[in-house]
Amino acid sequence: MSLRNQNPKESQRSITRRALILGSGMAGIAGVLGYRMHFLQIDQSEQFRLLANENRINIRLIPPTRGRIFDRNGGIVANNIPNYRITMVREDAGDVDEVIYRLSRLVELDPHELEKARSDLKKLRADTPITLTDNASWEDISRVAVNSPALPGIVLEVDSSRHYPLGPDYAHLVGYVGPVSENDLKRIDAPDALLFIPRFHIGKIGIENMIEDSLRGKAGTSHIEVNAAGRSMRELSRVENRPGSDIQLTIDTNLQSYISARLEGESAAAAVIDTNTGDILACVSSPSFDPNLFVNGISNSDYNALLNNKYRPLPNKPVQGIYPPGSTFKMITALAALEDGKLGFREKIHCPGYAQISGRRFHCWNSRGHGSVDLHRSLTESCDVFYYEISLRIGIEKIAEMARRLGLGERYDLPLTSVAKGLIPNKDWKLANRGDSWKIGDTVNSSIGQGYVLASPLQLAVMTARIASGRALEPRIIKSIEGKEEPAIQGEDIGIGEDYLKAIRTAMYETSNNRRGTAYGSRIIMDEFRLAGKTGTSQVRNISSAERKNDVIKNEDLPWEKRDHALFVSFAPYENPRIAIAVVVEHGGSGSRSAAPIARDIALQALYEDDPPLTAYPANVRDMIREQQQRLLEKRPKRTIRGDGRA
Amino acid sequence: MSYLEYSVKHVPTGFRKILHISWPLVIMLSAVAGIGFMILYSVSGGSFTPWVEPQIKRYAVSLALMFVVAMIPIWFLQNMSALAYMATLLLLMSVEFFGSEVNGAQRWIDLGFMRLQPSELMKITLIMLLAAYYDWLPLKNASQPLWVIPPLIFILIPVALVMRQPDLGTSMLLVAGGGMMMFLAGVHWGYFSAVLAAGIGLVASIFLSKGTEWQLLADYQYRRIDTFLDSSSDPLGAGYHFMQSKIALGSGGWSGRGFMQGTQTRLNFLPEKHTDFIFSTFAEEFGFIGAIILLALYVLIISFCISLALSNQNRFSSLLMLGIACTFFLYFAVNMAMVMGLAPVVGLPLPLVSYGGSAMLALMLGFGLVQSAQVHKPR
Repeated sequence: MSLRNQNPKESQRSITRRALILGSGMAGIAGVLGYRMHFLQIDQSEQFRLLANENRINIRLIPPTRGRIFDRNGGIVANNIPNYRITMVREDAGDVDEVIYRLSRLVELDPHELEKARSDLKKLRADTPITLTDNASWEDISRVAVNSPALPGIVLEVDSSRHYPLGPDYAHLVGYVGPVSENDLKRIDAPDALLFIPRFHIGKIGIENMIEDSLRGKAGTSHIEVNAAGRSMRELSRVENRPGSDIQLTIDTNLQSYISARLEGESAAAAVIDTNTGDILACVSSPSFDPNLFVNGISNSDYNALLNNKYRPLPNKPVQGIYPPGSTFKMITALAALEDGKLGFREKIHCPGYAQISGRRFHCWNSRGHGSVDLHRSLTESCDVFYYEISLRIGIEKIAEMARRLGLGERYDLPLTSVAKGLIPNKDWKLANRGDSWKIGDTVNSSIGQGYVLASPLQLAVMTARIASGRALEPRIIKSIEGKEEPAIQGEDIGIGEDYLKAIRTAMYETSNNRRGTAYGSRIIMDEFRLAGKTGTSQVRNISSAERKNDVIKNEDLPWEKRDHALFVSFAPYENPRIAIAVVVEHGGSGSRSAAPIARDIALQALYEDDPPLTAYPANVRDMIREQQQRLLEKRPKRTIRGDGRA
Repeated sequence: MSYLEYSVKHVPTGFRKILHISWPLVIMLSAVAGIGFMILYSVSGGSFTPWVEPQIKRYAVSLALMFVVAMIPIWFLQNMSALAYMATLLLLMSVEFFGSEVNGAQRWIDLGFMRLQPSELMKITLIMLLAAYYDWLPLKNASQPLWVIPPLIFILIPVALVMRQPDLGTSMLLVAGGGMMMFLAGVHWGYFSAVLAAGIGLVASIFLSKGTEWQLLADYQYRRIDTFLDSSSDPLGAGYHFMQSKIALGSGGWSGRGFMQGTQTRLNFLPEKHTDFIFSTFAEEFGFIGAIILLALYVLIISFCISLALSNQNRFSSLLMLGIACTFFLYFAVNMAMVMGLAPVVGLPLPLVSYGGSAMLALMLGFGLVQSAQVHKPR
């Protein structure tokens, strides 16, 4: 056909042959493609469908609102208040600097926070809201809202923030919350995903920390469809969160605040226990601090001021603090001796002002001596020699056992930080911990609550409550969780003969109400509210024999930190006990002078559930008390907001 | 075929030519293009802008050009082959040498309604030239070494230019298309075995040269190869495209996630979803059934072209039609293999479906040649 070309038949055959070869090759490849489609879309489709969902679905947590905390009357102790934040979304702002400048003319911006925000604005994604200022006031928010047209990209956000309306009064018990730290995460085994939310707060100390699980609640989840850039497109499904449980304490805010005010200026601790239920009605550590400072991070200078304060505001003294109980321990030694049958009610022991025991001289606080002393007088006048004597009869083990039965040397199961165990020494303990055998002198020292013996004010209050009630009640601080009452452990009969207990109670009554009693100055003259107590003064230094010869230096002449601790334990009313009180004034000098008046005021405040009438006080102190009441009234918050929550 | 053989008796003239156009081919091509419009509509979130409208315009222009070319006598086109090749080469060189001065690595010439990539056009004109060459060359000479050299030069000049752009996908397509033409023209087996062996050698040297001073490919090309060989190694970096494409495809299942319901596409996880990875979008939304239908359409178009070619007595026409069919095949096979993870990401469009004008225009011009050969075939 062609002028110059080859045989067309030959050409046609060749092309056909080659075309068919190539065509079958192409068909083969098409087959492979089809097979691959089948493999991906049918055989593996489940897996890819899953991956596609993983791509597009983001699970976001909806943080729950934290449970609130109420006092026993339903007054609010820890609350959640709205926290307004001003944030900026870079992509909507346009000119970031201009918008920030305009904003800074409306509200005050912290330069430090602003600097951080600026770097975040550069680093983070354009659609992420960056916080410019936290804790904005309602006025600030209103100003920004009104000017919003001039502030593109500025978004107002609200979340809730913890607030403690009573401030320092509950700082030690309730503690505070704070942002989750690296250390917090390390401590927790399987941290809730919530903890990784920026700005999420958890309990750091106190009840906030100890019952964190109940207070926190459970996060809800929101399944959000996001695009490849991570921007959320829509919500696919939502599981609502479960708010944290509300908690009611056994504490009476009115009493708690009164005691806080009463202890002001002292480094002191006080605990009040209901002798029927074991409820802790008040538990105060002085001085205190404002827990609200900690919620959004305390400044270094504030924190250092707290750390360097010699009155140590941070520890919870009634629960964490341990002190030699001093003479308040004498009831234990007496009960141990009575129960052991080594002491008769009327038995008299001579006190020359000291006791010579295995070549050492042990002094009575009264160097002139008490003369002939029986159990009754030994308590009311707090004779030491009497107890040296009887402790030798019964030995340390009996004393230690009695101390344990009355609640000392035991760590109570309370949701508070660092509940102290205290120390009730015995022979085994000394061998194990001091590597030394028990000496007679140790028993003698222990008999009057000195030496190794250590107890927390709360333990002393429990001891007093057990003596007053005759039952082994346990302290309780949580009244109910989410309306569900926590059981009170009223305890079984303590197993000490009623006549023994009665003798001790009577002696305590006399201590407060007999003209010769060490706490006579702090008596209550209202018959139905009579106080029964025991003073204690515990040495924090050794008195050398040389010093003793030259007359012991008076406490007032010593530097503060070397003065004796002043203690007072009491219960009231004597006839029908309702409350037990323990007061410790660190370096307060003597129990009768500094601790007993406080306990009396607390008792009256608790029994009257308000400021008591002056007629409850002896006539000679009424003027002073009137002044004091007025002074304290100013310091105390307005009477408890009752019925604010559910009681 | 020369005009001397062009006999009025055997070949339709005037408007009667329209009757001889292969209408099934037109319908199949339009069906594929229609699928393309539909996917683009879905990709843009149910809107004719920004992609569907220009794409429809381009298809209309391309279709019109196809008809125009179909009307031109095939012998005239045959005589123009060398000229067309030279013109395309000039265009290629102009974008290569002048385009880069204007705007970085510019591969296209602005035609106003679209941007033309000469390299796409080259795929067609190269086929034309080779078909004309082998029509001219006596069959018995086809395998002689001396006569093998010219077609190799015809192929390698544009390949070299395209490689410089650098556009690995297109240059590979040119090599493969040219090679297929030579195979169809009856060049001896031995050459292909030799080239295959050399190819293996080249691949080996490409890998060996990696990281050395005489590195043969650009870094990004190596990365793409690495990604292909082990896509799971770096799912957020280089392997991202691959993985997302496979997820889109795989999550389609039998019947797909529904029109405009593909999450991979809608939420932008899929890259290049309107161009190179458009098949993944389609497969995600229409599933295995949709994908296999599209594949079948492509296969049908190619089979149809092959059957037309084999029924044509003219050597130039046969070779040309087969060459166009092969080029078309290479396009979709490489693209599909790429999105399904069977080939490296080389950046080739899915023919007539992907958004973009050059490949569509070039292919429709190619099919115009096929139509012309069919209309003017010796009867």
